Amino acid sequence: MEVGQMQRRLVDYTKSLFMEGFLDAQFLQLQQLQDESNPDFVVEVVSLFFDDSEKLLNDLTMALDQPNVDFKKVDAHVHQLKGSSSSIGAQRVKNACIAFRSFCEEHNIDATLRCLQQVKQEYYLVKNKLETMLRLEQQIVAAGGSIPMIELGFWRTINMKGGKE
Amino acid sequence: MLSSGGESGSCSKDMAVELGDEPHVLVVDDSLIDRKLVERLLKNSSCKVTTAENALRAVEYLRLGNDTLEGTVSEVNMIITDYCMPGMTGYELLKKIKESSVLKEVPVIIMSSENIPTRISQCLEEGAKMFVLKPLKRSDVKQLKWHLMKCRN
Repeated sequence: MEVGQMQRRLVDYTKSLFMEGFLDAQFLQLQQLQDESNPDFVVEVVSLFFDDSEKLLNDLTMALDQPNVDFKKVDAHVHQLKGSSSSIGAQRVKNACIAFRSFCEEHNIDATLRCLQQVKQEYYLVKNKLETMLRLEQQIVAAGGSIPMIELGFWRTINMKGGKE
Repeated sequence: MLSSGGESGSCSKDMAVELGDEPHVLVVDDSLIDRKLVERLLKNSSCKVTTAENALRAVEYLRLGNDTLEGTVSEVNMIITDYCMPGMTGYELLKKIKESSVLKEVPVIIMSSENIPTRISQCLEEGAKMFVLKPLKRSDVKQLKWHLMKCRN
């Protein structure tokens, strides 16, 4: 596949992630922080997010598996996961965390267990998507191409504001 | 003209600031991802950055509360701290900074992922220059730098 084709494929793929709500404007901010002097910034931050999230999901699984669930602890973990997913723009994970926290407040075991499954699902989905996207970028760079920018008009059509509502 | 050491430390520091030295910002946050993000945002905005993973480390770095070690002038031009941290919160750190004769003039910015009006007013009343919702954006950094420049003059 030639570079132009790879670039078009990447652009379409990236656009779909935003359209489907996997990523929000914060991810754009991340990409804009990357430049020639920091060419791996996005990969580094995304990797940190993966490591952090997997640890948190393990901690959450264990915490919810206790005979007497410590909801304060569970909430603290979810708060952390909400923060990191928000910081990288993983919108669906963030939203799943918001729902999770409200059930923690209610001390609702069944609902929180369902929330955990939901968060895990969203996490693995976005992880897969991001890994695919980053792999496409790598292939382009390896073939001597540059990462294409998504045209400004796109952001306007999906009405993405700068980040926080 | 910069005198090479004859004057006290505070004089040469002021001169260095006027000559357009990069502002030095201390970033305090228990989230590694957020520390990395804020650091990058600030460095892209020509700031020198030191990070601390909790308020206690920040207190140690700033040598707060130890009069013999505090020195005459602050080495940081701004402190940005997360509100929710284990142990000492950002609010408690803010109070400690405001109690210090050396550091109380240093602008403190509080960051939080939660938009809680009482929390915001509490921090501003205690002397925080700004309260910012996470995640930090470039437009927030522009505002930050404005406060930095104001405090220098």
